[in-house]
Amino acid sequence: MSDAPAIRVVLPAHLRRLARINGEVRLTITSPVTQRSVLDALEASYPMLRGTIRDHDTKRRRAFIRFFACEEDLSHDEPDASLPDAVASGAEPFLIVGAMAGG
Amino acid sequence: MSGVRVLVGTHKGAFVITADGKRDNWEISGPHFGGWDIYHVKGSPADPRRLYASQCSSWSGQVIQRSDDGGLSWEPVGNKFSYEGRPGTHQWYDGTPHPWEFERVWHLEPSLDDPDTVYAGVEDAGLFVSSDGGENWQELPGLRGHGTGSSWQPGAGGMCLHTIIVDPLQRSRMFTAISAAGAFRSDDSGQTWKPINRGLHSEGIPDEDAEVGHCVHRIALHPSRPDVLYMQKHWDVMRSDDAGENWREISGNLPTDFGFPIDVHAHEPETIYVVPITSDSLHFPPDGRLRVYRSRTGGDEWEPLTAGLPQQHCYVNVLRDAMAVDSLDECGIYFGTTGGQVYASADSGDTWAPIAEHLPAVLSVEVQTLP
Repeated sequence: MSDAPAIRVVLPAHLRRLARINGEVRLTITSPVTQRSVLDALEASYPMLRGTIRDHDTKRRRAFIRFFACEEDLSHDEPDASLPDAVASGAEPFLIVGAMAGG
Repeated sequence: MSGVRVLVGTHKGAFVITADGKRDNWEISGPHFGGWDIYHVKGSPADPRRLYASQCSSWSGQVIQRSDDGGLSWEPVGNKFSYEGRPGTHQWYDGTPHPWEFERVWHLEPSLDDPDTVYAGVEDAGLFVSSDGGENWQELPGLRGHGTGSSWQPGAGGMCLHTIIVDPLQRSRMFTAISAAGAFRSDDSGQTWKPINRGLHSEGIPDEDAEVGHCVHRIALHPSRPDVLYMQKHWDVMRSDDAGENWREISGNLPTDFGFPIDVHAHEPETIYVVPITSDSLHFPPDGRLRVYRSRTGGDEWEPLTAGLPQQHCYVNVLRDAMAVDSLDECGIYFGTTGGQVYASADSGDTWAPIAEHLPAVLSVEVQTLP
């Protein structure tokens, strides 16, 4: 059993409904904690989320999805950049957010 | 007792509306997938419990949902639509080459025989098929690749493949329609395709009689006579008696021949329905009166059907996939509006009544006739 702390991920409501998730998702990641590794683990646990957060093939973030953590917008960070220590330790959640838009 | 199940896709979710064969007492369930655009929901002719739904949003792209119990419960299935090989380019609005990019699924057409086989018409225009209940999708690239694809251009609503018809008598024959490219036919189960637009005349394109470039809004046929095709084009209602080889105009005495849906009576192959819309810039009924027009002569001669439909101050539209017919003895006709009403007629269009009101804008209507 891994001793790695659980990474906390918060999804927007429409994706929680799609994946039938209540509350936060907790993921165990042994590799470096990055956007890519978090999303890889998330999609492995919830395959129906593939393609809804990032492109199937290019893995680029969808235009109207944002990534926040520790009151910072990480949307434009490199996918392999380390996430903040507070996310890696589980102290703070990694937020996947639907961009503000009307309609 | 027999019954009907009406499958309604809207801008903010799907609704399933059911009634017994008398069709006078309707129950609405939904919204399913609330908040998402539901472009289309359709049931398998081979197993009416099997439904497919196209669910999408600007935020999270495309999802395909499948139900095995007539819409009581749903499971997301595969949503990866990758064009075969190098996608190449089509024409952009400004005439420059633009790479093919998947945007959404407009239309799902389940196989006539196999509940696990379903076709998907997508934007940017392409045809996909799944043979495992929607888990995996493969493009049928012969349509985009037959030769004219690089000259296709989007209409105002995007470059969508919105109509897929499998010939019920000759299963290897298929028809598709694309805005704004035209109609196409395959005689080998979708492997190779050819344009079938001879006789179409479109003032909005440089060569008004071009092989492709026509904004076909919808094609319909009667299953007993699949060589006869009916078409609602951007402007003009058209008919072909030779599986699309040649078309002739049948707009006749319609008040306007602009519109989106067209459909055929379940038991009368020469009885067809359209909903005239004022013009390409005025997407509402002429004079604020919502009228379905019926021809019992296969076109040219049309009669307005108004009983039960709003005849003043009505400024809704009826979109291309938002009309359907049931196959009960007395054929039922259904259509949905951008104002959120779904109207039904249990007497072939003579009289109408709303079976749902105040829904989000209706994108599509399908109906299943249940044993």
